[in-house]
Amino acid sequence: MTRPDVVVTGIGATTPLGGDAASTWEAMLAGRSGVSALEQEWAAQLPVRIAAQLKVDPSERIDRIKLRRLDRSEAAALIAAREAWEDAGLAGAGLDTQRLAVVVGSGIGGATTLLNQDDILEASGPRKVSPHTVPMLMPNGSAAWVGLEFGAEAGVHSPASACATGAESIAWGLDIIRSGRADVVVAGGTESVIHPLPIAGFASMRAMSTRNDEPERASRPFDKGRDGFVLGEGSGIVILERADHAAARKAKVYARLAGAALTSDGYDIVQPDPEGRGIIRAMSGALRDAGISASDVMHVNAHATSTPVGDMAEIHALRKAVGSQPVVTATKSMHGHLLGAAGAVESIATILAVHHDVVPPTINLDDPDDALDLDVAAHQARRLTIPAALNDAFGFGGHNAVLVFTKA
Amino acid sequence: MTTRDEITAGLSEILEEVAGVNPDDVAEDKSFTDDLDVDSLSMVEVVVAAEEKFSVKIPDDEVQNLKTVGDAVTYIQKASA
Repeated sequence: MTRPDVVVTGIGATTPLGGDAASTWEAMLAGRSGVSALEQEWAAQLPVRIAAQLKVDPSERIDRIKLRRLDRSEAAALIAAREAWEDAGLAGAGLDTQRLAVVVGSGIGGATTLLNQDDILEASGPRKVSPHTVPMLMPNGSAAWVGLEFGAEAGVHSPASACATGAESIAWGLDIIRSGRADVVVAGGTESVIHPLPIAGFASMRAMSTRNDEPERASRPFDKGRDGFVLGEGSGIVILERADHAAARKAKVYARLAGAALTSDGYDIVQPDPEGRGIIRAMSGALRDAGISASDVMHVNAHATSTPVGDMAEIHALRKAVGSQPVVTATKSMHGHLLGAAGAVESIATILAVHHDVVPPTINLDDPDDALDLDVAAHQARRLTIPAALNDAFGFGGHNAVLVFTKA
Repeated sequence: MTTRDEITAGLSEILEEVAGVNPDDVAEDKSFTDDLDVDSLSMVEVVVAAEEKFSVKIPDDEVQNLKTVGDAVTYIQKASA
């Protein structure tokens, strides 16, 4: 049996750079930063007082009553999914919903709901706790809401692999279509945990940048002055579709999702394997799965979170698994680290890079790390022909996800 | 003592706030679920908000008897008397 081709026919996003995929992409190409100082009162006590918050508040896109039932991460997923659905031309297309699946994960889920409802419990007692609490905090909530929105009946799934989640969700979508369980999969990731507790937790790990006085310069992957990641929030959703199904309805195609690989380090709960063995296996495995050679890869959207250790481990792995030819970028320099949404938003950037033959820049790369021996698109977007590109996403727990997008 | 109309108006505000019900649709003969589309989770919110607004207790086993706005008005009026 020949394996079906899978293509991307729709994209949607809401990010610190824009309220939709188009404005996010435009801001990326212009090298704008979505990071700002946290003005909330609670931020004053924290060692980290910067974050990349949503550019457009969900209340501008979702009606008040619906929003009462949604964690902010669920609202973001729903906004991105509606855009992707519309973009793919599926609204009113009469799709067979028994052939429609959803894979939307989150790294942390409804933590802000949990914490806010705990405040209510402490202050006013159990009777005041919202009856919507559980569906708002459950980690499958976003996937379930997206599934309900379109009536998906071929399965609704929610992987959780920390910061690899968004890319892992897309990899699951590929498998679902290849195995014949659905024709169309709504896939991606979402996250919204800009709240004192998660920030304090990450800050206690010394994982976050404390460049509080220069928010826009804080996320600086590959730069000597990098001192940790900047927390971001948002969602990215793609529509994956069997190629012949897309062709039959004359859908526009952005790119092929040619291959994917998921590996695990088996090394440490939070430290990446210094040899990068798990990520090398993921990169090589994804290329093999896509049936392309490493030399076809002209661009990589790196996971590069702006932490001292992680960025160079990835570069080392890329050098080994892919070679020296790709032009690398780290769009986290602009939108921060969207945790469970990172791999999805960055996949959209990778898809558009392949589609338009342009690599968005890595801003703040003023003084490159001495060990940086790959070509990074510093400061400015770079035009080049991109037949194939990778998106990397790695997460606490030793999860590695690599996706291969090629020209349609 | 609060009149039936005052209680209905108070419930109407709560219904609009938690469930988006148009105040013009609220009347004593309207069923929460069948006419006003208030689902079970929203009904919990309505009850908790009504307890606070009218300083009454509405036990869970009473809630199932409150089918219409009028049922709720009667209960609240009696409980606050």
